Amino acid sequence: MGLLKTFKLGGVHPSENKLSAQVPIEALPIPKKAFVSLGQNLGAPSKPIVKRGDEVKVGQLIAMAGGFIGANIHSPVSGKVFKIDVVLDSSGFRRPAIIINVDGDEWMENIDRTNDIVREIKASPEEIINKVKDAGIVGMGGATFPTQVKLTPPPGKTADTLIINGVECEPYLTADHRVMLERGEELLIGTEILMKALKVTKGFIGIENNKPDAIAHLSMLAKDFKGIEIVPLKVKYPQGGEKQLIKAVVNREVPSGKLPIEVGCVVQNVGTTLAVYEAVQKNKPLFERVVTVTGKGVSKPSNFLVRTGTPISELIEAAGGVPDNTGKVIGGGPMMGKSLLSIDAPVVKGTSGILLMRMDESHRKPEQSCIRCSKCTYVCPMGLEPYLLSRVSKLGNYEMAEKERIMDCIECGSCQYTCPAAIPLLDYLRLGKNKTGQLIRSRNKK
Amino acid sequence: MIPAMLVSVWFFGLEAVRVLVLAAAASLFFEWVIQKYLIKGPITITDGSALVTGILLAFNVPSNLPSWMVIIGALVAIGMAKMSFGGLGKNIFNPALVARVFLLISFPVQMTSWPKPHAISQGLADVITGPTPLGIVKEGLGAGKTMSQLKPELPNYMQDLVGQMGGSMGEVSAIALLLGGIYMLWKKIITWHIPVAVLATVVIFTGILWGFNPESYADPVFNLITGGLMLGAIFMATDMVTSPMTHGGQLLFGFGVGLITVLIRVWGAYPEGVSFAILLMNAVVPLINRGFKPKRFGANPGVKIEA
Repeated sequence: MGLLKTFKLGGVHPSENKLSAQVPIEALPIPKKAFVSLGQNLGAPSKPIVKRGDEVKVGQLIAMAGGFIGANIHSPVSGKVFKIDVVLDSSGFRRPAIIINVDGDEWMENIDRTNDIVREIKASPEEIINKVKDAGIVGMGGATFPTQVKLTPPPGKTADTLIINGVECEPYLTADHRVMLERGEELLIGTEILMKALKVTKGFIGIENNKPDAIAHLSMLAKDFKGIEIVPLKVKYPQGGEKQLIKAVVNREVPSGKLPIEVGCVVQNVGTTLAVYEAVQKNKPLFERVVTVTGKGVSKPSNFLVRTGTPISELIEAAGGVPDNTGKVIGGGPMMGKSLLSIDAPVVKGTSGILLMRMDESHRKPEQSCIRCSKCTYVCPMGLEPYLLSRVSKLGNYEMAEKERIMDCIECGSCQYTCPAAIPLLDYLRLGKNKTGQLIRSRNKK
Repeated sequence: MIPAMLVSVWFFGLEAVRVLVLAAAASLFFEWVIQKYLIKGPITITDGSALVTGILLAFNVPSNLPSWMVIIGALVAIGMAKMSFGGLGKNIFNPALVARVFLLISFPVQMTSWPKPHAISQGLADVITGPTPLGIVKEGLGAGKTMSQLKPELPNYMQDLVGQMGGSMGEVSAIALLLGGIYMLWKKIITWHIPVAVLATVVIFTGILWGFNPESYADPVFNLITGGLMLGAIFMATDMVTSPMTHGGQLLFGFGVGLITVLIRVWGAYPEGVSFAILLMNAVVPLINRGFKPKRFGANPGVKIEA
């Protein structure tokens, strides 16, 4: 094996622990009650257009995008709206949600429910973008940025390259891996659709080398697709970060504070690309996704196809229940994920995985003094100095944090992972980013 | 540090064991006392940092140093250089070196009467003291002798490498120190930048002087393997707390240490300058950290896309 592509600056290699890599995707039974959060995307929360007592069908629009950076929400189930109330969601906040009592499984008639793969792309670029917008598609890697916004470059900017993110660099998670293996052809058509929408001729699918089966499978299928190239990448965290992925695949560096479009690139996640295929070719809005349920203590690590709004507890139950010695349940992967306050929180569009950590894995080691060993600086993929940023954040010196480019932090957690003194660097950095962001916004207002 | 420790025990015998154990124990004790009764904070003597400071302190003194001086050294290292700055990670200066310099200035006679190294097998009894190679050169040149006249008085390079020369306990064997350095590099405890910068600077700088006039300046190899240079470059200057954060900064730091070392060795009052050099450079580390930032992602993309 020759030298595989990867990004240059920083990075770590945590144990991969892809326990559920060989477990096929399995559809989870529909819940009895669905809790459809109205805050499923980055940006403005969505506005409900149904009220208590309304009958809804699967795929029916139930909430409208709340702004330019917003996304529609469609009912994942059929039944009657029970009420609109706040529920504790996976971010730990109480957010408004539409609660639906499920009755049967009646879908909207215009959704193509067959398994036929529709290869021919009839829609024009504008139609594609509109369909993506209507379907409420957001970045399903976890950032939940509305997809149609990414497909509409700002005036003066053009894209020349599409990169599909099949890296899945978070340990444990395998949802994208399974989609690449089981829905490969649809994924490639989805890629073609996105290329058409962006009017680009070159599409890459970046996959880390720890998924050789996915690389082989997609490479074989890609022979029938013009302009799509599978790029095997060296395993290195956080390669799934947009900026790192672009650097790895096409060796372009997104300038600080700018978006990938600045270097002519648009990055989309594997799950998102599949959702685009379904929306454009099958008329199916985004209301279900693949979620990995895993952990060393979990008896049946699984990849479930889940309707959004399903309580996470039902996923865990289907994977064999909560093991006795569980110390923490995390939404997302071990590096960037956040621990859940309640396992009754519902699955949302950005839920890529549920990780159950054993008691012995979930305890944080006592924090020791920083001895300035510089390891955090060496591994930071953005070339920052986490030790310094965490300290100025702790001291509340957000002007200095801004000057030291805290806003460049991608919250990958490599610094905290590598810190020998067990300092919760990422926690301080997230706090600092939040506060620094407030500072910048309030200054811009003046 | 294990190889250097073994060599020092081999050459300096039970005396070395005494100093090592005493320095380590005293360092741990002072850390414990200060944390328990003065700071009344958490006690962290198990983190190993006080132990390392103790051993490094022992490396930096002659093996025949009276016990009470060793204990004072430990008190200075832990109490003055480390705890008064706020403990682990907050000190500006390398604690063991602060102690060495403190002892050197307070007790110059005891700190510079170096026992002649001899293998344990040669008997434990008589301890003969003698000067260090660097001391011989310094005094000799000062007295108007030339390098070639001094040659017979000096140990040969082989002896320097193995450690058969006068000096502080831990500094005599270049080979043992190099072994320790390679181990730390392999374990990724240190990076190559500081040691290489220090050693390279000394070699180049003394090389130039020597090339100028081989009779009044010692040659670079001699400078490299004698005195505390190896110990300083590999174990003392690489102390994470008191060295810069970025590789660029570390190279500059190493260059500064090497430069000051040579300046002191050649023109200063003391025959040896590594400890002063490191302490002086320690003081400018915050400045270096301010000036040397890591390569930021996205700062200079340098890639133009064809539109």
